[in-house]
Amino acid sequence: MACRTCLWLLGTTFFTCTVRLVVEGTEVGATQESISGIQIVTFKWHHVEAPYLIALWILVAGVSKMVVELNHSLTSVIPESALLIIIGWILGGIIYGADKMQTFTLTPTVFFFYLLPQVILDAGYFMPNKLFFSNMGAILVYAVIGTCWNAATVGLGLWGCWLGGAMGDIDIGLLQFLLFGSLIAAVDPVAVIAVFEEVHVNEVLFIMVFGESLLNDGVTVVLFNVFDAFVSLGGAEIDAVEIIKGIISFFVVAFGGSLVGIIFALLISLLTRCTKNIQIIEPGFIFILGYLSYLTAEMLSLSAILSIVFCGICCQKYINANMDERSVTTVRYVMKVLANGSETIIFVFLGISAIDPAVWVWNTGFILLTLLFIFVFRFIGVFLLTWILNKYRLVPLEFIDQVVMSYGGLRGAVAYGLVAMLDENKFKEKNLMVSTTLIVVYFTVMLQGITMKPLVTWLKVKRAAVTELTLAEKIQNRTFDHMLVAIEDISGQIGHNYMRDKWHNFEERWLCWFLMKPSARKSRDYIFNIFHQLNLKDAMSYVKEGERRGSLAFVRNETKADVDFNKKFRASFSEIMPDIMADNMGPDHEAEKGNDIVPSVCLDMHEQDLTMRESEDFNAHHLLQQHLYRGRKQHRHRYSRSHLETNRDENEVQEIFQRTMRSRLESFKSAKMGVAPAKKIQTKHQKKDKPQKVRGEGTFSPFLHVRPHSHPLIGNVMCMLCNVYVMLCHF
Amino acid sequence: NGSKSVVRTLRPEAFKSMIPTIPVTNMVCFFAVSHSQITRLYSRFTSLDKGENGTLSREDFQRIPELAINPLGDRIINAFFPEGEDQVNFRGFMRTLAHFRPIEDNEKNKDPTASEPLNSRTNKLLFAFQLYDLDRDDKISRDELLQVLRMMVGVNISDEQLGSIADRTIQEADQNGDNSISFNEFIKVGNLQHINVWAGDHYLILSYILLSVLQD
Repeated sequence: MACRTCLWLLGTTFFTCTVRLVVEGTEVGATQESISGIQIVTFKWHHVEAPYLIALWILVAGVSKMVVELNHSLTSVIPESALLIIIGWILGGIIYGADKMQTFTLTPTVFFFYLLPQVILDAGYFMPNKLFFSNMGAILVYAVIGTCWNAATVGLGLWGCWLGGAMGDIDIGLLQFLLFGSLIAAVDPVAVIAVFEEVHVNEVLFIMVFGESLLNDGVTVVLFNVFDAFVSLGGAEIDAVEIIKGIISFFVVAFGGSLVGIIFALLISLLTRCTKNIQIIEPGFIFILGYLSYLTAEMLSLSAILSIVFCGICCQKYINANMDERSVTTVRYVMKVLANGSETIIFVFLGISAIDPAVWVWNTGFILLTLLFIFVFRFIGVFLLTWILNKYRLVPLEFIDQVVMSYGGLRGAVAYGLVAMLDENKFKEKNLMVSTTLIVVYFTVMLQGITMKPLVTWLKVKRAAVTELTLAEKIQNRTFDHMLVAIEDISGQIGHNYMRDKWHNFEERWLCWFLMKPSARKSRDYIFNIFHQLNLKDAMSYVKEGERRGSLAFVRNETKADVDFNKKFRASFSEIMPDIMADNMGPDHEAEKGNDIVPSVCLDMHEQDLTMRESEDFNAHHLLQQHLYRGRKQHRHRYSRSHLETNRDENEVQEIFQRTMRSRLESFKSAKMGVAPAKKIQTKHQKKDKPQKVRGEGTFSPFLHVRPHSHPLIGNVMCMLCNVYVMLCHF
Repeated sequence: NGSKSVVRTLRPEAFKSMIPTIPVTNMVCFFAVSHSQITRLYSRFTSLDKGENGTLSREDFQRIPELAINPLGDRIINAFFPEGEDQVNFRGFMRTLAHFRPIEDNEKNKDPTASEPLNSRTNKLLFAFQLYDLDRDDKISRDELLQVLRMMVGVNISDEQLGSIADRTIQEADQNGDNSISFNEFIKVGNLQHINVWAGDHYLILSYILLSVLQD
């Protein structure tokens, strides 16, 4: 199987090369031929050359990906991106060998216009918004200040070393060093994702690195353009005015780019709002408009990456609400396909572009110093900034996180694209810079990528005890986990942020009205109305039943307390639930369509039917491992380029939720009936049998404006059910 | 002066429910938390208190959505309420949360009545112990353990299997052979790193990050 695929891959490349040779041959031949008769079949290569080659390369990239994925033990050690680069080298070697020149390279145009946008759109569309915005401050600090720091230090460091003569005699100046520093300083989103997919880190750390890699484009673009302009102007023309203009341009570029993205997000949301009658075209809009936002920002010389990122971030929620389920699935899947494909092509071509002696200039000093500086200054920068940030953050970043963040600052194709765009006439040493950039990219992606996982494991192992835990310890650990999470939730460490609350109110009131389909909006109110009706009806029937049977009989007969929302809800819920659940469960939660994700709020008191057979030799540890609920924090957020899985945690959450509601209703019922709950263990915590007053007429739920009921029991049952509703909405 | 500003921002109703002779400044010393922490927790307290009567009831806690999906949520809610009572005032709220501050070596405890700081290691363990031990007989019996286990595992485990797990757990931890886990035995179970990593309200995430990275 492996052999076959490899052979096929090689065969494809040979075919490409032979095709080219044939092409050249026919070129020569065609001009000399005269038409002697009707040609039944002609070989019209030129007719199809361009699209054929493109399609062929995409095919080759896909096959390379298959080859890479053949051996999972290999991919867990070496990240895919590294393997793809190696395949690129091999292919590049073959092509070079056939052609004696590198016919296929990663040109900046192709990269920036056709390969990068979908990767970034994918990143923006699947971005976990809550996490992103709650850590926005820190992300911005790293992206802006961190990148400026990296650019400045690397540029100045290299300049200093050049002055000191470490690089020999090259035709370069301070401004060119600074420009080089700015393009090599930026952390690359494509590379970061590719490596972090293998290394599981906690979500805060992940969002920091990821967010930084996306937002630093604003800075990179500005610095690149500013220094490029400075180099053109020449050193003499630079004065304070120009520098101030540079600083202003940063704000314009960054905010302008984001604004363009937001405008396009609004457009998309509005468009999808109106597509009720022709749902089949819905998925197309996000791709086209996303791409247009990228191009528009590029046209206006603003930050294109920021534009498309914010387009994806802002439109997620509304288009998921507005579009048909199948369109949502299509969009998600196609987004992943495109992003994956682009990333593969990017890495393969990064490999191929290296096999080109024309661009290679070797300068030991320059290259080694660059590597050293980006590595060291990245560490210094991250630690410095984190030290400052930790004074203001609610949650300080740990040492191990900082190490991972510094080490994970990978450079990638964006740097290569930028350096390839340099003008040779202005930059005499362009080839040197290109070579250095390639080496930096290889070093970070391959070496740092390969060693990232062992490093993290090593750091972790240093702290954790290696001994096998006993059962009691495991249970205790898990108990403590849950306890800490609960205390955290109670003490509300996220807190009631004034700004965030105001934004939520604004968004609920105005934006949803403007951007969401009326039916999607109405469903959100509808669910509330349904609940209201349900509450009333069920509460009344519940109470009536109790009164009819006499309270004691009612209590003893546990099987009768059957408030089954499931059947009443399912129909009306199914439409709305996707977005309520998907919104809060995390973006890579594939919303199970229809009935599966109705949180079956079936508060029936029957014993759960256990069909699992006992086995003779059961392993307690194994069982515990499998069945213990993981704490909330351990539901690690998984952004992945290639996986669109359901969270198995969702079932867990449902189970826990059902159980909690059941026990609450039980204790509530026993409290109302004034009888102590018949537990196996006699507790001393008996609920006092005092009359419950109706809790503040109509104030017991912020969402429910209820007319006060004279019957205290109904009021309290409704209160309980309102809490259920509130919880559902919060999911 | 810092204390004065704290006193000014607290609403008068809150004072009614607190023991009038202990002003807020003393609360700072007693619970050894900082002013900013108190004000933050107080604003959280008031936002939870929908009835606006200066005390929280169980329903107020139950309204926190995340607790509904926490297996031990209800037990922890119970831990806030002193025995037999249905309302907790701010002082009681703080008292429970104060168990979760980081342990500091140089902690000054100005309150003469407390023998140990609230967040000492023993008290934290006691807090956890009481989550299991509902009937307060200072022993975790097999049934109590089973109850907690049942809350923490999925539905696919049968009662018999869970019972076996509980039996083995007690076997491991029990040292005096009474088939239940006393507090002393409970202390000995164990992963010491937890005790040292337990932290105050805003360091909880820190411990979580560590735990999640460590237990990957």
